Amino acid sequence: MRRFILFLPLAIFFVLGLFFWKGLQLDPTELPSALIDKPVPAFQLSALDDEAKLLTEADLRFGEPVLMNVWATWCPSCKVEHAQLNRIAQEEGVKIVGINYKDDRDQANEWLRKYDNPYALNIYDDKGSLGLDLGVYGAPETYVVDGDGVIRYKHVGVVDETVWQQLKQVIAQINAGDRS
Amino acid sequence: MKRWLMLLALLWPLQGWAAIDTYEFKDEQTRERFRHLTAELRCPKCQNQNLADSDAPIAKDLRNEIHRMLQAGEPDGEIIDFMVTRYGEFVLYRPPLTGSTYLLWYGPFLLLAIGALVVLMISRRKRRADNAEPEETLNPEQRRQLDELLKQDPDKK
Repeated sequence: MRRFILFLPLAIFFVLGLFFWKGLQLDPTELPSALIDKPVPAFQLSALDDEAKLLTEADLRFGEPVLMNVWATWCPSCKVEHAQLNRIAQEEGVKIVGINYKDDRDQANEWLRKYDNPYALNIYDDKGSLGLDLGVYGAPETYVVDGDGVIRYKHVGVVDETVWQQLKQVIAQINAGDRS
Repeated sequence: MKRWLMLLALLWPLQGWAAIDTYEFKDEQTRERFRHLTAELRCPKCQNQNLADSDAPIAKDLRNEIHRMLQAGEPDGEIIDFMVTRYGEFVLYRPPLTGSTYLLWYGPFLLLAIGALVVLMISRRKRRADNAEPEETLNPEQRRQLDELLKQDPDKK
């Protein structure tokens, strides 16, 4: 019994150490999204390429899972991930919906001309109202939206190859779930 | 001239670097509620600042939103719900009491109780040790020798 008590501090040290070590691996900037498994909030905004064209949440129901990407020309990380988005749209056959967040319409269109346009559809959210309803706190953010317009996954930050593999898995899961 | 320069130098650092925007409120009570809400809600971007302190654009947007809702006469609960449905419970500096936050709320008291228990146990054991009769480790022969030696003690009269 005495022996055991002597080793107690060591045991406590290891348990705490394990917790803290695990804590170090967590990314504190990653917030759990409040909108997972909820439909995309209602909105009425113009298309980026056509001011007269009005888009609503109904336009996000593609009948298949799509990516929804929040981007802006003022956001340097968006430029980093742009090539990857182009690749996904062209080679992986996944549709990407863009939300142009608090940006300038002309600049955004110019950017798409210059760097290629991976977006099947682009929502022009210049006031950031849709972004607010989505809980956007830092562009770029990428969501997986299923065929019924329900948000299934959210990633904050650049979509690189590792992240894309995760997103791909989520999409595959949604597809598998729909079939069964 | 020198005096004026001194005064200017003294006033210089008073310029606040915190986020300041000007909001008009319909009454003093609403202003107080705004102050309270922006202090209680956490900025989603710069994690260890509240909305009142943060310079991040998102914090400014959220301050605008809170101001708009306050002016529209919405109750505090409604505004907090608005934030939680969008940014999750993360934005609350005072997390609600739910199953997953029991440990957060009561954990410190649990640790305090454990600490108190340990202190109690140690002090108890010590007291018992102090009161207890010293153990007899000498056999009768040794005891007799010891008495003999003690008797020889020159200091003992």
